[in-house]
Amino acid sequence: MNAPLGALDRPNSYIGRSVSRPNAKRLLAGKGRYVTDLVLPRMVHAAFLRSPYAHARIVSVDAEAARTMPGVRLIATGGDLARICQPWTGTLDHFKGMKSAPQLPLPVGKATWAGQAVVAIVADTRAQAEDAAEAVMVEFEELPPVIDIDAAREPGADRVAEELGDNICFHAKLDTGGIDGLFATAAHVVEEEFLFGRHTAVTLEPRAILADYEASEERLTVHHATQTPFQFQDLYSRHFGIPEAQVRVVAPDIGGSFGMKLHVYHEDMAVVGLSILLGRPVKFVADRIESFVSDIHARDHRVRARMAIDAAGTIIGMDVDDVTAIGAFSTYPRTSAVEGNQVIRLMGAPYRFGNYRAELSVVFQNKVQTSQYRAVGHPIAAAVTERLVDMAAARAGLDPAVMRERNLIADDAYPCESPTGYRFEALSHQECLARLKAMMDYDGLRAEQAVLRAKGIHRGIGIASFVEISNPSPAFYGIGGARISAQDGAVVKVTPSGEVRCLISVTEQGQGTETIIGQIVADQLGVAREKVRVITGDTEVTPHGGATWACRGAGIGGETALRAARALKANVLKVAAAILQARTDELDLLDGWIVDAVGQQRLSLADVARIAYFRSDTLPPGTEAQLTVAHHFAPQGYPFAFTNGIQGCHVELDAETGFVKILKHWVVEDCGRIINPLLVDEQVRGGVVQGLGAAFFEECLYDAAGQLTNGSLADYLVPMACEMPDIEIDHVETPTLDTILGAKGCGEAGTAAASAAALNAVNDAMTPFGATIAQIPMTPARLLRALGRI
Amino acid sequence: MKARAFRYVRPATIAEAFDAFAEAGGEASYLAGGHSLAPALALRLQAPDVLIDIAHIGALRGIVLDGDSLRIGALTRHAEALTDPHIAAHAPLLRMAAPHVAHPAIRNRGTLGGSVALADPAAEFPAVMLAMGAEMEIAGPDGHRRVPAEAFFLDLYQTALEPGELLVAFHVPIARPSHRWAFDEFARRRGDYAVIGAGVMLDMDGPTVAEARIAFLSAAATPVRARQAESCLAGRLLDAGAIADAQQALAGDLDPPDDEQTPAAMRLHLGRVLLGRLLGGLIDNAAVAA
Repeated sequence: MNAPLGALDRPNSYIGRSVSRPNAKRLLAGKGRYVTDLVLPRMVHAAFLRSPYAHARIVSVDAEAARTMPGVRLIATGGDLARICQPWTGTLDHFKGMKSAPQLPLPVGKATWAGQAVVAIVADTRAQAEDAAEAVMVEFEELPPVIDIDAAREPGADRVAEELGDNICFHAKLDTGGIDGLFATAAHVVEEEFLFGRHTAVTLEPRAILADYEASEERLTVHHATQTPFQFQDLYSRHFGIPEAQVRVVAPDIGGSFGMKLHVYHEDMAVVGLSILLGRPVKFVADRIESFVSDIHARDHRVRARMAIDAAGTIIGMDVDDVTAIGAFSTYPRTSAVEGNQVIRLMGAPYRFGNYRAELSVVFQNKVQTSQYRAVGHPIAAAVTERLVDMAAARAGLDPAVMRERNLIADDAYPCESPTGYRFEALSHQECLARLKAMMDYDGLRAEQAVLRAKGIHRGIGIASFVEISNPSPAFYGIGGARISAQDGAVVKVTPSGEVRCLISVTEQGQGTETIIGQIVADQLGVAREKVRVITGDTEVTPHGGATWACRGAGIGGETALRAARALKANVLKVAAAILQARTDELDLLDGWIVDAVGQQRLSLADVARIAYFRSDTLPPGTEAQLTVAHHFAPQGYPFAFTNGIQGCHVELDAETGFVKILKHWVVEDCGRIINPLLVDEQVRGGVVQGLGAAFFEECLYDAAGQLTNGSLADYLVPMACEMPDIEIDHVETPTLDTILGAKGCGEAGTAAASAAALNAVNDAMTPFGATIAQIPMTPARLLRALGRI
Repeated sequence: MKARAFRYVRPATIAEAFDAFAEAGGEASYLAGGHSLAPALALRLQAPDVLIDIAHIGALRGIVLDGDSLRIGALTRHAEALTDPHIAAHAPLLRMAAPHVAHPAIRNRGTLGGSVALADPAAEFPAVMLAMGAEMEIAGPDGHRRVPAEAFFLDLYQTALEPGELLVAFHVPIARPSHRWAFDEFARRRGDYAVIGAGVMLDMDGPTVAEARIAFLSAAATPVRARQAESCLAGRLLDAGAIADAQQALAGDLDPPDDEQTPAAMRLHLGRVLLGRLLGGLIDNAAVAA
């Protein structure tokens, strides 16, 4: 906690304090109420028959036998739903030349990945729906699947979507100029081809939706496990032609999301359509097998990159080519090009150099879609950059930490701009590096490494700096034509008992959004935290807003709550001044009491509320008791509030087996103003675990026919507690001056560079063997191959 | 992912279980711990008409010393292999393998009989039965019979159990003072099915190996004895040379599955590393005993 002291730092401030989550005990006790727990009158259940082929024409669907099976209410095909749902296309206007085929709830004509829902079956129970699904006969005619990213880009290649002409979704170039000449004359050039596996979010709670259409009122209510209720209110309204005000989206308790639950899924649109067709509530909860083949995947990049340094070890340029395969469609409405775009724009971001060239190719293939998942693009940019920095350090004969001391942007160099066009307000790379070295005892670990190597024990030390994008402005989606809000709204009100309710558009998926909003409101209004109830996740209840994604909950939602609470406090003091015949500037609200200039308690907030609500007759004429305040806030100033940090990873490699034990992991990060240190640390730890999962375990494996071969929790390895190291965390605080609160995001930080640090650590451990690896996950098989053992 | 509808019966005796099986015309599955069967039902890989829950049949329980062998009831839970004093004293390999089997919640319900009857080649207990030289006691409508572990595991998920038969108990020759035991495995995550694993029994005559029994898991379609490696060790001093020969011989013993994540060459390589480490660990023990 080393930010400059300000108005938020008075003694006993809730801002900066580790308080526990009010909802944690309920959730731990198994009393969470998730979509799957909801039961509505006349509710029926949907199941889906899925394509067994990655690419196949749907020749015919015979559902006659299935329609007469017990409990079956409706069997619907792509054509049935196409009649009531407008198609959607996953492109954004500011990605020039981007294309993607229109999508429908269920396909008409052909299936484009193995696992795509083809026919919907609705029955009284899910088991009956699955029974009937077995009796639906679909004749498929197999088409050649497009799988390989190079073959997909060949002229005349088989196409995922005939009408698009080729398999290229999006292509982009960045070039500051003169790169070929620079690399030709550089003292040293290092280059590598990096492979990043596909992985997926694996939330504890799978996707779930319960749609309830009431035809007599033309009202649609959707209980939806989503991060973004307002985005879906807009989409359901426009695609099903229901007035926006008639659509209500409610997000109850959510069991994790990580970006996965803010995309449009075909099954979700189908369920809404099925409810409209049936006039009944229809529920669908993806099972784990379905999740693996229908949740968005992420990453899947091949990056060829090189870095040029001068004789002194100064980085002078980078040259990058990223090819990423995104599945059969670009995801709607946020597209599948954002990750690649962020990869090429975050590349080299922590370092001071001006020469940069990058090419991005986003390619269609017959697999499930990829899209935004925690730390979009960051881990790829960090792994490529940081591995090249280590390789460059070795070439220059410098220790990796020294290399970074020489090349990270100086802490007094801000504001500045990256060669890729990102503008940085104020970052703290050098201080974070110094803190990391001290925290991990970097020099001690190096000395120990040398001693142990002589004994045949091979430990590796990796460090990786990162820049994280948070608090996005409309430059992220709004500018591209997507109706995704960059602002948030809050209503804060005093109840007649003097308690406080805050209805806010940011949402809670388990990370503690509601907790920090409560802290901010309590702090800024001047009441005990226990008196503040925060309500989120219902379009009929909270003001419109962007919700929680891209690390905007604290920075934008928090600022919204802060300003709303301050406005409410001003209103409360006006009423109190009228009652006390005092001036508002002589009064304050502290811990639920109106106090005067010397701190004397004069009147409780409860009494102010009682008088305002029940005895307005006692107030002077003209007194306006406005004890409910609505406030909206949109970020202005910098288009993004960038954060930064650095991670260290310590591993031990068993060179005979290729197994790696992660000994310890360290993070120093700077998310600006910290509202709740406990929750920030939890975010960072969870993020690190997801990053280490990517580094060592997680990968969606496909065969040449486009079949996912490890789509279960037995075969897709998520990181588990036994394999995870202790994770030590420290913070530097550089608040953004764009807001009063000064908070930036922290949700991506852990994931952003954990895999990069691990990649460097493993390569460091393999140095004595002359072996290297540039692919994650670093599985034992890949490491044994790198070591020449198999 | 909902199972197809089935009938559920809970017999109190083996005879009642057979009656239920016969009544179902063979379209029945026996349910013990359910940790393999329940997922198979949910995935509709199996869809029996009747589920016969054998968990309440007393004759399938109990761990008793019977002369020079230990009788271990088929319903013995994985967790009991960690805590039962008879198993610790007389079947130490079972005790050594048990911590590698999944996680506590699973060990609390899963049964030894269920694991062995399923005969997953990646499971620990089937390989351990081979290494211990256990005999399987099988009950059928016509009475009981015993099948040595060697003759029990026939092919992938195929055993000597005929449809409707029940695995009743294991008869394990008890450990002698001259025996040395070792078990370990390489798994991507703690509790996962192993990439490769092995149980070893050496019967030592001083520093010399009188007899070796080595059984591998995840090394073929069934749990397998490494007979050529065993032959390399029999009658020899347990030293680096003997161990290296045994490691080399594994190429003839193992027929590992081949897949993208774990190529066959990797399993063989890791099998050799594992065997070397297990036997190497027993050199010291042998020296201490001598």
